[in-house]
Amino acid sequence: MRALLFERKMAKYAAAAVAGRLVPGGGAKVGPLHLADIDEPELPGPGWHRVRPRLAGICGSDLATLDGRSSRYFEPIVSFPFVPGHEIVGELDDGRRVVVEPVLSCATRGIDPPCDMCSAGHTGNCERIAYGHLEPGLQTGFCRDTGGGWGLSLVAHESQLHAVPEDLTDEAAVLVEPTACAVHAVQSSGVREGDVVVVLGAGSLGLLTIAAVRKLCLPGTLIAVAKHPEQRALARSLGADIVAEPEEVRRAVRRSTRSLTNGDVLTGGADVVIDCVGSSSSIADALAVTRPKGRVSLVGMAGNTTVDLTVLWHKELVLAGTYAYRHEAFPLAFEVVREAKLQRLLSATYPLDRYAQAIEHAAQAGRRGAVKIAFDLRTERRR
Amino acid sequence: MAPNNSVRHGRPGFVLEVDRSTPPTLFWHGEGFRLEKLPVGSRVVYAPEPVTALKDPDGAIRHALANPLGDSAPLADLLTPGMKLTICFDDISLPLPPMQKPDIRQMVIEAVLDLAAEAGVDDVVLLAALALHRRMTDPELRHALGDRVFDAFAPSGLLQQHDAEDPTKLLHLGSTEAGEDVEINRRAAESDLIVYVNINLVAMDGGWKSTATGLSSYKSLRHHHNVKTMQHSRSFMDQHRSELHSSNWRMGKVIRDAGIKVFQIETTLNNDTFPDSFDFLQKREWEWGARDRASFLAVSKTLDRTPDRLKRSIFQGIKAPHRMTSVQAGEVEAVHEVTTENVYRQQLVQVEGQTDVLTMGLPYISPYNVNSVMNPVLVACLGLGYFFNLYRNKPLVREGGVVIMSHPTPWAFHPVHHPSYIDFFEQVLSETTDPLEMESKFEERFATDPWYIHLYRTSYAYHGVHPFYMWYWCAHALQHLGGVIIVGGDPRSVRRLGFKPASTLRDALEMAEDVVGRDPSITHLHNPPLFLADVR
Repeated sequence: MRALLFERKMAKYAAAAVAGRLVPGGGAKVGPLHLADIDEPELPGPGWHRVRPRLAGICGSDLATLDGRSSRYFEPIVSFPFVPGHEIVGELDDGRRVVVEPVLSCATRGIDPPCDMCSAGHTGNCERIAYGHLEPGLQTGFCRDTGGGWGLSLVAHESQLHAVPEDLTDEAAVLVEPTACAVHAVQSSGVREGDVVVVLGAGSLGLLTIAAVRKLCLPGTLIAVAKHPEQRALARSLGADIVAEPEEVRRAVRRSTRSLTNGDVLTGGADVVIDCVGSSSSIADALAVTRPKGRVSLVGMAGNTTVDLTVLWHKELVLAGTYAYRHEAFPLAFEVVREAKLQRLLSATYPLDRYAQAIEHAAQAGRRGAVKIAFDLRTERRR
Repeated sequence: MAPNNSVRHGRPGFVLEVDRSTPPTLFWHGEGFRLEKLPVGSRVVYAPEPVTALKDPDGAIRHALANPLGDSAPLADLLTPGMKLTICFDDISLPLPPMQKPDIRQMVIEAVLDLAAEAGVDDVVLLAALALHRRMTDPELRHALGDRVFDAFAPSGLLQQHDAEDPTKLLHLGSTEAGEDVEINRRAAESDLIVYVNINLVAMDGGWKSTATGLSSYKSLRHHHNVKTMQHSRSFMDQHRSELHSSNWRMGKVIRDAGIKVFQIETTLNNDTFPDSFDFLQKREWEWGARDRASFLAVSKTLDRTPDRLKRSIFQGIKAPHRMTSVQAGEVEAVHEVTTENVYRQQLVQVEGQTDVLTMGLPYISPYNVNSVMNPVLVACLGLGYFFNLYRNKPLVREGGVVIMSHPTPWAFHPVHHPSYIDFFEQVLSETTDPLEMESKFEERFATDPWYIHLYRTSYAYHGVHPFYMWYWCAHALQHLGGVIIVGGDPRSVRRLGFKPASTLRDALEMAEDVVGRDPSITHLHNPPLFLADVR
């Protein structure tokens, strides 16, 4: 079958890191990703299904991997070579369409009894993602055994499958997995009625988070911080009360909360800040605009960053990571996608053989007026 | 003859009709200029030349203090030992540009202090009438008051600046018959006598506005600094048709009825606005000599190569050679009547009929960016608030007409002076440019924001509500006009203001034709030097 394959080739990985620094997404052309003809993954056992991807999105974590920016933290929890792609709407052999929940938790790995986290329903926090009968891999799309969305076939355990309602298009369904991340982020952020909530970043994850906040909470004021004009328009249409540019964030939060300032830091600030960027500057912004004892949720993948945590210490802030989701996030994600008409965030699709352009487009989405870029595998020839 | 009287020597204002031989017209363009060829048939309105200044201003001041107008005793008779005297004076917003030393305030206050000393008055406080403007810096105060006064009063804390946000320093005097709160500075209100020292640059200044606005609080100001008042002040330079004037006069009655004694000293200036190095700015282009042309070229070429920051600093360093043309003192309304006539004597220009398109070059300075940055909100206010309103009878531009302004309109703000302007520009104007909508939706929030209040009181920031007032100042023009175009402005800033950007005057005139029709009548406001169009 045709698939984009990511191999462990250090020289190419280094080249991708250089290219990615020059041009966002440039790592795809020179790095370890290439289009290949490979065997379909085998079904690991009972309860597993073959899924033929229809649309598969390109995520920020994929881009970090392709541009050589990923943390070495991931080394023991991925297995090479792998087919990337974990935002998947696909089709089972019987024709049913499904969205794949990519986390490879205890249930998928044949581990019984499951770990404490999986037992508690926190499958995203599974403690066994490098163990069991599968090769290491925190998700489908990072595991050698399962395949991924950027190929014509993958395997998924029944615990990973969510049926797509007939009336939901593929274009909407491919947004369900990242929306589940947003739902989880909002659910774990503890937003209370009337809170001032800030969402930093308005790439796909930021915009989906705005939609999720509107669906799941009753904030007093929802402030979105968006860099590009299209993002600002979308943020507003998805329910942000105030949309500010990154350099305006302190002023926007200050005037909404009637805070004073100490130098560059607000004395008060927002109750909850959800950082969907994960850069050192966005984290610094988040800490600066959160009220004492408030909460910063780090949704964007941070990697190696340098941040002055004095303000976190002094204002007694809670800085918490949020990753993936619980299984229960998916039904809500379907609702958010449907109600907010999130299919409009799918800006362009590409065939596999134009992967370099697709990845470059995704990496430069904001400045090019795009949000989500995906591979369209519906017309790919299968062998 | 009283030394107060000066005679006109300069030529009156003039309306030029452009023909093929007319040289290009100078347009102010922020910290720079543009030479524009106006279409044949356009009119250019020039200010009157400077009225001859008083030969002996000190003598004129002494004469005015001893020979008050209206129902007032001479100042010397009002001063008694043991009394509480507060001398209030106009702030940094007047005059424009700041004048060369000695400043009029210094001259008048020194004369008042001499009389106070002779009368044995010990309890004297000098008070800058800031209203909601920023506090003046020490160098600015020293420039306005002179070294002797500054050094005598500042070290002992007797040189004060009005604080409209300190409830302990305000006194509510009551309400007007229209229900307007009158709240003014407590020290002034509780004084046995207020002496107010005014500089009357335009016809709107002075009179009861000095005390009722200059010494008041947001609670009081909001009754006339609002959209309705501005839309019903046509123009606010014409006191007989100005609701702003009427409201201040109603408040003045409350002040008077509360037993507060005000001895008003008003002065007028000639419009000798620019020093010798910029002499060409005072002249009509067809009268430029070789020296003027050389100066213009030298200044223009230098400015072209000068970084914006340095340009700003050069222009803000200009001190005007303004000279005093009259001084009158005594009862507020009687004084102001004479003052207004003296302002008109310098500034009135007869203009026949309205125009479809009014063009104006906006200079680097407005009342609210002295030693500061002319941010986009102030650009709008200078053009649509001040210049548009420089009329009597009817606006220079017809209803539904277009104003074309020339200014670079950079997206730039002074972070210390204009913090609430930044938020206003980012938040309010991105949501609405409708004065009424922003007044109801945003004004109070900005006006009561504790951070802006803190900065107004302790730093050098305009009050949080001030950018709203700048926009309300434009309300009459916004209601009246069919379109506003800015030539050579930063397109992002211009669009945020709700106006249209144009690269050249020619483009702007073509765009204006979409609004007013083909072959429009065009009039250019050749300003500054300042004038007031009497439109018939």
